[in-house]
Amino acid sequence: MSDSIKQSVKDYIMTTFLAGESPDNLTDDLPLISRGILDSIATLKLILFLEESFGITLEAHEADKEHLDTLNQIAALVSSKLPATASR
Amino acid sequence: MSASTSAPLHRGFLDAAGRFPERTAVVDPGHGPLSYADLDALSARVRDRLAQLGVGPGDRVGLYLRKSADTVAAIYGILRAGAAYVPVDSGAPVERNAYVFHNCEVQVLIAEARVLDAVRAQFEALGRTPVLVALEDVGGAKGLTRWLEAADRGGSAPTVPDHSSEPDDVAYILYTSGSTGRPKGVTLTHENAVSFVQWCSETFEPHERDVFSSHAPFHFDLSVLDLFVSHRHGAALVLIGEEAGKEPTGLAKLIAEHRISVWYSAPSILSLLAQFGSLDKHPVPDLRHVFFAGEVFPIKHLRRLAELWPTPRYFNLYGPTETNVCTFYEVKLPIAAEQNTPFPIGKVCSHLRGKVVDEDGKEVADGQEGELCITGRGVMQRYWGLPEQTQKGFLSSRNGERWYRTGDIVFQDANGDYVYKGRRDRMVKRRAYRVELGEIEAGLYKHAQIKEAAVIAIPDEEAGVKIIAHVSSRTGAPLSLIEMKGFCAQVLPMYMIPDRFQWHAALPKTSTDKIHYQQLKEMS
Repeated sequence: MSDSIKQSVKDYIMTTFLAGESPDNLTDDLPLISRGILDSIATLKLILFLEESFGITLEAHEADKEHLDTLNQIAALVSSKLPATASR
Repeated sequence: MSASTSAPLHRGFLDAAGRFPERTAVVDPGHGPLSYADLDALSARVRDRLAQLGVGPGDRVGLYLRKSADTVAAIYGILRAGAAYVPVDSGAPVERNAYVFHNCEVQVLIAEARVLDAVRAQFEALGRTPVLVALEDVGGAKGLTRWLEAADRGGSAPTVPDHSSEPDDVAYILYTSGSTGRPKGVTLTHENAVSFVQWCSETFEPHERDVFSSHAPFHFDLSVLDLFVSHRHGAALVLIGEEAGKEPTGLAKLIAEHRISVWYSAPSILSLLAQFGSLDKHPVPDLRHVFFAGEVFPIKHLRRLAELWPTPRYFNLYGPTETNVCTFYEVKLPIAAEQNTPFPIGKVCSHLRGKVVDEDGKEVADGQEGELCITGRGVMQRYWGLPEQTQKGFLSSRNGERWYRTGDIVFQDANGDYVYKGRRDRMVKRRAYRVELGEIEAGLYKHAQIKEAAVIAIPDEEAGVKIIAHVSSRTGAPLSLIEMKGFCAQVLPMYMIPDRFQWHAALPKTSTDKIHYQQLKEMS
């Protein structure tokens, strides 16, 4: 489950913010916010994408680099918010 | 009025502390509030301790701290000791910040403990290390108090009087982007700041029941209004840190919960609040003034904001750091549907005078375009240590008047309001920060693989501008975008990182072999 979340977030970031980049360079633990890849508006767009495509709600305090800096963190946060029955 | 014009900048706060000792001066969310009496006592201890460390009138003290009650108390302590405060963006690269403190030769640096080793290493490389004060656990004045208590255990600092600074004494130095790749220090005096604070008092009539936002960071000139106007009138100041300040849903809640009555920020966060803040769920009956400054407010977002927040008055405040606010314009509600161009920057504030000049420095005919120049008590003294740049920043005048050249091209409309048209140089505004495109180029050239770099800004309705870096590499092959963004994050503040990189085998040149910016603009 977490892997498919990760892949769909990765696809979104690649097409929306990293057009032309090799997908291999976007590793699961690359710090996206602290390395300047996602600015504050891009982070908001990512949050909207997560909320819409996974049907979840992020709290205000979760919308920061402690929770959203890497693909691994994003996938973990999304998984933790999905209903238990949906996970394997 | 004339008597208080020459009063030192901290006098307003001290008078208010005498009148309203029990009222809340600072709210540092997540910590308890600080009363005027608390802030008075704490900043007096900072003053005495700084004096004991050898700080006196004419000196500078650096602040490398995130926004907190600690920082506010330190600022008043520094001013009361007669010194000038030099704040920086604590999230910017340490090399850049160390350069700032080294450049204006701070005697003491008050820094968060987490950056201490890194900044000390930079100072050692630069050849001079100021007295370093490390604060652990900054927030709610805890870090500052802990430092004072630890210092007191080694003997208390003798009480020194509040310095009654002269009008020309420096109150603070704010560093802005410099075209040569080095930030330059805009040096502001007590009179500069006090004349501005007084103008705000007369124009907006704040009172002790007001609650001011502190959204802008302290190294940004918007903070001067937040801090010194609120505290001159006994009002409360709610500190909003960088993370909280970027996040619209949390921010909408905070504005309502703290019953903020005077809001001041760049338009970009107000646009985000209007779009993503769910403002309809957080009513703000106490909000009476909304000020915005720093960049053009896209009209569709301003209209939306005014629909969601219908009660306050809206003011467009305009001015470079060198003058602080120099013109202002009240936006009348409701905003007509056919209004699709941004509002004017308005008329010159009463403590200043303005004129519009052509390229030769001669005043233009009414209604003609030209560069806006400003003179008066609010205009900066100089750029720190840069006499040539200072001279270039002013029109030469025969009668000794100092007219600061804003670099902004304006014209005066039929109502006498100035309307902003654009820049005469390579400075752009991004999230209200001044960005010299040359500073980004200088940053890119630090990358070992970059052969050529030319940076272009193109207008963008959402972001104001998009920054495009045209680059060529030593091998001729493009480098990874992730690599470039990551590199930029190490050498430039976040707001200077280009949105896009366009790779070329070689950049196009003019007949004189200079980079052909016009052609690059068309390619962007």
